[in-house]
Amino acid sequence: MVASTTKYDYIYCDPIKCVGCQLCEYICSFTKTGEYNSYRSRIRTVRVDEVLMTAIACRTCENAPCVVVCPRDALTQDPEKGIIRVDSTKCDGCAWCVEACDFGAISINPATKLAEICDQCENEEGGPQCVIWCPKEALSLTNPDRISQKSRRELIKESLEFPTKAKDPR
Amino acid sequence: MYGYSGKILHIDLKTQKTWIEEKPEEWYKLWIGGVSMATRLCWENITPGCDPYSPENPVCIANGIFTGTPVPVGGKFGMADKSPLTGFIGDSLSGSWFSIALKRAGWDGVILHNQSDHWVNVFIDDDHVEFLDAAYLLGKGTYETEEAIREKLGDDQIRSCTIGPCGEHGVRFANVTNDGRQAGRTGHGSVWASKKLKALSVRGTKGVRVYDPQTLMQLSYDISKAAQGEHTAKYRIYGTATGMKNSNAMGVLPTRNFQEGVFEHIDLISGEYLDEHHKVKVISCAQCPIACEQMSIVKTGPFAGAMTGVEYESLQANSANLGISDIRASIQLLEIADHDGMDSMTLGVTISYAMECYERGVLKKEDFACKSYPEGLEMRFGNAEAAIALAKMIRDREGIGDILSNGTRIASKIIDAERGTESWKWAMNTKGLECPGYDARSLKTFAIGLAVGTRGGCHNRSAAYDPDMKGETNRFTLDETRGQVAAESEEYAAVYDTLPLCKFIRRCFTGKADRSGAWPTIAKLINATTGWNFGYDDVDLIGVRATNMKKAFNIREGWKPEDDDLPWRWKHDPFTKGPAAGVVVTDEELAYGKQLYYKAKGWTEDGMIPKELLIKLGMPDVAEEIGV
Repeated sequence: MVASTTKYDYIYCDPIKCVGCQLCEYICSFTKTGEYNSYRSRIRTVRVDEVLMTAIACRTCENAPCVVVCPRDALTQDPEKGIIRVDSTKCDGCAWCVEACDFGAISINPATKLAEICDQCENEEGGPQCVIWCPKEALSLTNPDRISQKSRRELIKESLEFPTKAKDPR
Repeated sequence: MYGYSGKILHIDLKTQKTWIEEKPEEWYKLWIGGVSMATRLCWENITPGCDPYSPENPVCIANGIFTGTPVPVGGKFGMADKSPLTGFIGDSLSGSWFSIALKRAGWDGVILHNQSDHWVNVFIDDDHVEFLDAAYLLGKGTYETEEAIREKLGDDQIRSCTIGPCGEHGVRFANVTNDGRQAGRTGHGSVWASKKLKALSVRGTKGVRVYDPQTLMQLSYDISKAAQGEHTAKYRIYGTATGMKNSNAMGVLPTRNFQEGVFEHIDLISGEYLDEHHKVKVISCAQCPIACEQMSIVKTGPFAGAMTGVEYESLQANSANLGISDIRASIQLLEIADHDGMDSMTLGVTISYAMECYERGVLKKEDFACKSYPEGLEMRFGNAEAAIALAKMIRDREGIGDILSNGTRIASKIIDAERGTESWKWAMNTKGLECPGYDARSLKTFAIGLAVGTRGGCHNRSAAYDPDMKGETNRFTLDETRGQVAAESEEYAAVYDTLPLCKFIRRCFTGKADRSGAWPTIAKLINATTGWNFGYDDVDLIGVRATNMKKAFNIREGWKPEDDDLPWRWKHDPFTKGPAAGVVVTDEELAYGKQLYYKAKGWTEDGMIPKELLIKLGMPDVAEEIGV
């Protein structure tokens, strides 16, 4: 199954800006559990090698594969925001959603054995806490359309300013 | 207890037994973490007078107070043992996810006792300890080893401290690596090798709790945002290598084994040049919002593909100090050091020592014969190919690399004994640890700091180059204030090294880096984490206690006043060029400076620690053993 593109917003990490500090994981786990624990974070940093790093959270796919495969219909998608909600009375931690997610954005809570998915901090003042905290502004709540628009704009800006080089790695 | 678990994990590598030591909260208030706690654990666990490579020299790891929380730059740990280079306390810090995993596993510290009879990978899986066979990891570089362990144990979140081939071969200045960062100096890697410990891995799945999360989050947020501004611009944009030009302009950039302090090709080895031609990306240590590590790659020439993080200290030791103006060769040297696991600063200074030996006829071309170069090497300054070949010989302890793998102090002793020469005069170390990249001939406060430093030639512990280079002192002369300046800058650094926090955050609390700017916020961070009631004076005492503890360890290991010395060259052999030409630190100045420092510390004229002082600092047991 191939994940479909999304019209919804999701937490996006710019791998060029990400320095791999992992602060987002602490902020997320603290927001959700009151403790600092990467294993309980709904956004996960990925460090493939010394310079290749990013963070991944739920991409709010349309026709989300995780929702489709859930054998107990525990997962539903908010039609407006695209957020995937987990019904804790139905979820039994079978992890089919984890397997179905092409982005590895779902995890099973080691204590409750239930699926946990980024909800964009919908109940938090100010929205996604990881976005607020990210020291390098690598994280944003956005969607592919906005990302491509921004890329185009930045490309033109850089081309016109050529050869001045942006020195600040932020 | 908040911020701590109260538990130290003891591991016996021979019997494969483990036990837990519980420490009271009062003990943590004295020793906090990092360098100070690691040194204290050495005091409690190392057999006095032991051979550093014997089973009686355990490796002590101490976590940080802020590790695993969002407190910026607090994801660090300290590692200490009796150094095989100096015979005194060997203490290092490393920024790392390893320390965070260790905190989540529930351990404030780990003591690795005794020696295994086969290569082992110790795996701390929360409360469980496993002794895994490490045969499959042998020969692997540091990064490869970490990846191989994650692959084998099946969890990306497992973090490891490892040694590379340099450690396995017993290079005396081998180090311990985790996540691309190193507990870099004083030779921990060779102590690990004596224990046949290839890697220490941790999986920690528990949460970290603090006393007052709201306050801690607010403070952390503000510091993290402040760390994106002017106070850290130097580190974020060019990294520490931006200091190359300034050191050269002041005539303190070690050049050709500290023979001069200015390098004619400075523009080709500067931080700015690196940024323009070789930077791939800037990355951060664990839990760090600054991000200063300039990952740099070689794109052309014989070393194309070499990539590693480049910093001021490692760069200067392996460029100007070797007379090398091709920064691509420097990156290649650093990649060898980082991937194969040795201290890049000591490596550079050891190669420069060998180059001077060659130029002065002490060592000949054929002395550098090896498999790749059976005819030997022309080890003259500036010969990048020879330097790289020698780095590999040191790593493999091949040919003369075997002697040089001991660092400059021991290598010069062996060579001089064999050949009747005086190469010790250009062996640039203090107490056996190779000197950092600020030539101390014209930085006289720093010269005192280096001479008295407990771990030898180190800019991180004795930070007195800072007032000298900033013009807060007259760097060319000594006056009666300098003992105090040297002591205070050392104690200031020791506070950061003990928490530990990276010093690059020092201006981000209030904009002012001095005690009045930093200590109040640090006290608030400590209190929000632990629920203690620390104030300005309590923070200040952290550094006083740490430096006294380290000195006490050295005294117990037989320290004598004459051990507080400088390399011969700094005392007798001035530069001919640059702003610092003609300047040396005379024996009289050194003796005067030492006296000023001892007095500032409240020590005796012989540099011993009075009993009353140790008791006042909460160390009655130490007073009993070494106090006077």
